Amino acid sequence: MSKREPIAEGSEWTFEALETFDREIGRIAADKYRLDTYHNQIEIISADQMMDAYSSVGMPVGYHHWSFGKQFLSTEQRYRKGHIGLAYELVINSDPCIAYLMEENSMTLQALVIAHACYGHNSFFKGNYLFREWTDASAIVNYVLFARDYISECEERHGVEAVETLLDSCHALMNLGVDRFRRPRPISGEEEKRRQKEREDYLQQQVNDLWRTIPKKKKKNKKKWPRFPEDPQENLLYFIEKNAPLLEPWEREIVRIVRKIAVYYYPQRQTKIMNEGWATFWHYNLMNDLYDEGLITEGNILEFLQSHTNVVYQPEFDSPYYSGINPYTLGFAMFTDIRRVCENPTDEDRRFAAEYAGADWLETVHHAMANYKDESFILQYLTPKVIRDLKLFSILDDDADRAIQVTAIHDDDGYRRVREELADQYNLSNQEPDIQVWEVALRGDRSITLKHLQRDRVPLDEDDAKEVLKHLHRLWRFDVHLESVREDKVHRAYHCNDDKVWTDSGETSTSASAS
Amino acid sequence: MAFLIIDRRQQGKQKSAVNRQRFLKRFRKHIKEAVTDAVNKRSITDMERGEEISIPKGDISEPIFRQGQGGKQRRVLPGNKEFIRGDRIDRPKGGSGGGGGNASNQGEGMDEFVFELNQQEFLDFMFEDLELPNLVRKQLKDSDSYKLVKGGYLRDGIPARLNVVQSLRGAKARRIALGGAIRREIKALEQELEALGGDEESEKVREITEKLERARRRANQIPFLDDFDLRYNNMIQQPIPTTSAVMFCLMDVSGSMTQDIKDLAKRFFVLLHLFLKRHYEKTEVVFIRHHTKADEVDEEEFFYSRETGGTVVSSALELMNTIVRERYPTDSWNIYAAQASDGENWQDDSPKCRDWLVKSLLPLVQYFAYVEISSGKEQELWETYSEIPELFPDRFAMRNVKEPADIFPVFRDLFERKST
Repeated sequence: MSKREPIAEGSEWTFEALETFDREIGRIAADKYRLDTYHNQIEIISADQMMDAYSSVGMPVGYHHWSFGKQFLSTEQRYRKGHIGLAYELVINSDPCIAYLMEENSMTLQALVIAHACYGHNSFFKGNYLFREWTDASAIVNYVLFARDYISECEERHGVEAVETLLDSCHALMNLGVDRFRRPRPISGEEEKRRQKEREDYLQQQVNDLWRTIPKKKKKNKKKWPRFPEDPQENLLYFIEKNAPLLEPWEREIVRIVRKIAVYYYPQRQTKIMNEGWATFWHYNLMNDLYDEGLITEGNILEFLQSHTNVVYQPEFDSPYYSGINPYTLGFAMFTDIRRVCENPTDEDRRFAAEYAGADWLETVHHAMANYKDESFILQYLTPKVIRDLKLFSILDDDADRAIQVTAIHDDDGYRRVREELADQYNLSNQEPDIQVWEVALRGDRSITLKHLQRDRVPLDEDDAKEVLKHLHRLWRFDVHLESVREDKVHRAYHCNDDKVWTDSGETSTSASAS
Repeated sequence: MAFLIIDRRQQGKQKSAVNRQRFLKRFRKHIKEAVTDAVNKRSITDMERGEEISIPKGDISEPIFRQGQGGKQRRVLPGNKEFIRGDRIDRPKGGSGGGGGNASNQGEGMDEFVFELNQQEFLDFMFEDLELPNLVRKQLKDSDSYKLVKGGYLRDGIPARLNVVQSLRGAKARRIALGGAIRREIKALEQELEALGGDEESEKVREITEKLERARRRANQIPFLDDFDLRYNNMIQQPIPTTSAVMFCLMDVSGSMTQDIKDLAKRFFVLLHLFLKRHYEKTEVVFIRHHTKADEVDEEEFFYSRETGGTVVSSALELMNTIVRERYPTDSWNIYAAQASDGENWQDDSPKCRDWLVKSLLPLVQYFAYVEISSGKEQELWETYSEIPELFPDRFAMRNVKEPADIFPVFRDLFERKST
């Protein structure tokens, strides 16, 4: 390949150079690697603006809430004191794909970031099945705008405090706002706005199943009333939006907004390893291609390698810097290893990764990116080599046992177990407690009962659970019960009524679990 | 590949400003306590700066359902060195080993949420809900402050004040008015032409076509926008009524005031001065210090000079009286005074002080605050003064300060906004 002139000298970036980099990187990404992306919109911002972007969770606009202020203050404090550096970039799953680049970055870093965000993350947003099914990139910015306007309108009509309290309660239940097994309908700001009014009126009539207490003519044989809900419901926010007896229409609408935003983040929570790994894998390849073509200098590539090495640094478990597995490291190692297995498979690879050993590597990584989430990705693609390189081992911490047990290490006996347990660790339903709406006492005090199924005897965090229950009570406005079930027995029961919240061992209240 | 690079740096960085305010509002109780603490702890020269505020994590947390500790927890960790399968490791002490991986996703496990309150916010919290009592609008004295208000439109003005809507509206009206006759003519000619049919050879047609063209040319000559159409916003100046107030700071610097007591007194006046500077820009301050004899001094001397001597409190009141009568006529000034003393006075002087106050000063002033700084019992001056509040219940207030921590609460108490 003929060498070309470097795009830029020195470390200061210019807008022309950014444009050229974007064009060149885009060319390689599309022609050589078939990365399919949304259009890019690159925005240059300052450190202060980056902190703003952090606290609105990356959204270009957001509704107002104190918790975002808290986030901002804490980021600001830690940044000013030098505890944390700010990310080089932040990228939004939208169409066009908005990427924020910090002005402080050097020329090399900007090139890295363009490769990482505008082509790596961007193509992941467009290609991965979770994002395709759960989010609508072209609608999100509109939707958030709608949400912000609607919420500030509510603040004007009903007072900032009322709205804030409601949002507090919704945020507490946000993680329970997703139907995990049902695909949501895509959202759109304008559509929402049009339908919202209709819905408001209609809904209020519908809700009142719970109110329909005027006795019907008594039938002679006492028929058993059907359970409500018929089946346990996992989407608590949805259940509240549709069924909470006393919520005003505008309150239901806000519950809905929080729920919709929870859905938008749902794919991101399940693809941290893959998303970061994919973006890192591509910035690494794209930057090396730029160097090979002579578009960046030796100095650039050295600076790049240093940043890259920092990004994929994985402290060991006993290091003071250890704070979990670095998604960049694991993801990058796995995608790199997929390529290796395709190009130079060993005997071991043929045993462990027979499906793709020796296959076309580009095809294989694209397939992996499009059709997996962290859990299944690890289960499918974590090779013994990566396990060995990272020296992964798995432990079992059982509170019935005096000591922690090492259950598998990076050896022939352990690979499969490490792989399974690591995959399990990224299964959302293992990270978060499994809580469902169990029953509403339609005929009695209208109380709602939730059920928590303990997995491996892991209980709920009691203090937080009590607080969340208060929030739930604020939305439901009748008594609230939560039963934490261990091996088919209620292990701990939480209750909340108008003035207090308390727990008991659950033996006394067997009403709901008896069925 | 189409792309777009936008430079956002010039746009406001305070997108989070509203959220920040919401946060401060929500935790105002904590913040206020922290501010009070800070004011008490700081040196008197160091009042105007931000402060690091910490709030207990528990009060600020956003709870969600999450897994607690206990049960069977499996985890995969990187960086194995010597473990082999079946090894048993003792649990790390302190319990953090149990659910460490999942439990503390908030990072360092701090017990306090710490953030920086900037100077503006700090002072806002410091002087929140405080005001000068009984302030009334007296005569418009300083007429140097104006505000601009809209006052209709003008035919000429500077380009920046051009009112586009008005101008275009005028232009449109003019075009309609001037073009009426021509348009009528064009219409008539067009109809005539149509009536004759498309016979282009006919002389009549040629004639009409020519006429039509001329008319159209004339119609086009009416300018779209004429100088005549331009309208400019008229801005007129309106004087803002100002309220003028003067604060007299009377401080005892006699020998009986120890260094500590003087410090406390100064602290009080520093707060007062800061408060006035911040909330009442136009307020004048008169500093009077006294031992056996009273002097009007400037700010510098008031706070830093070390002169000292015996005590005749009435001298200060007398001087204040003189200054008020000479320079601050009550029909145009709100008059305030704050007096700080250790309460010790020359024996026969206290009744004199009371007389000065009751007979001469209190009828003139809006508010007079007396702060006695003494660690023990009330002193002479306190006893003499204690009859006054009954006579002037909303104009006279007295408080006792024993230690530095009292200063700020007393200050707040004296200038608290009364809900009326």
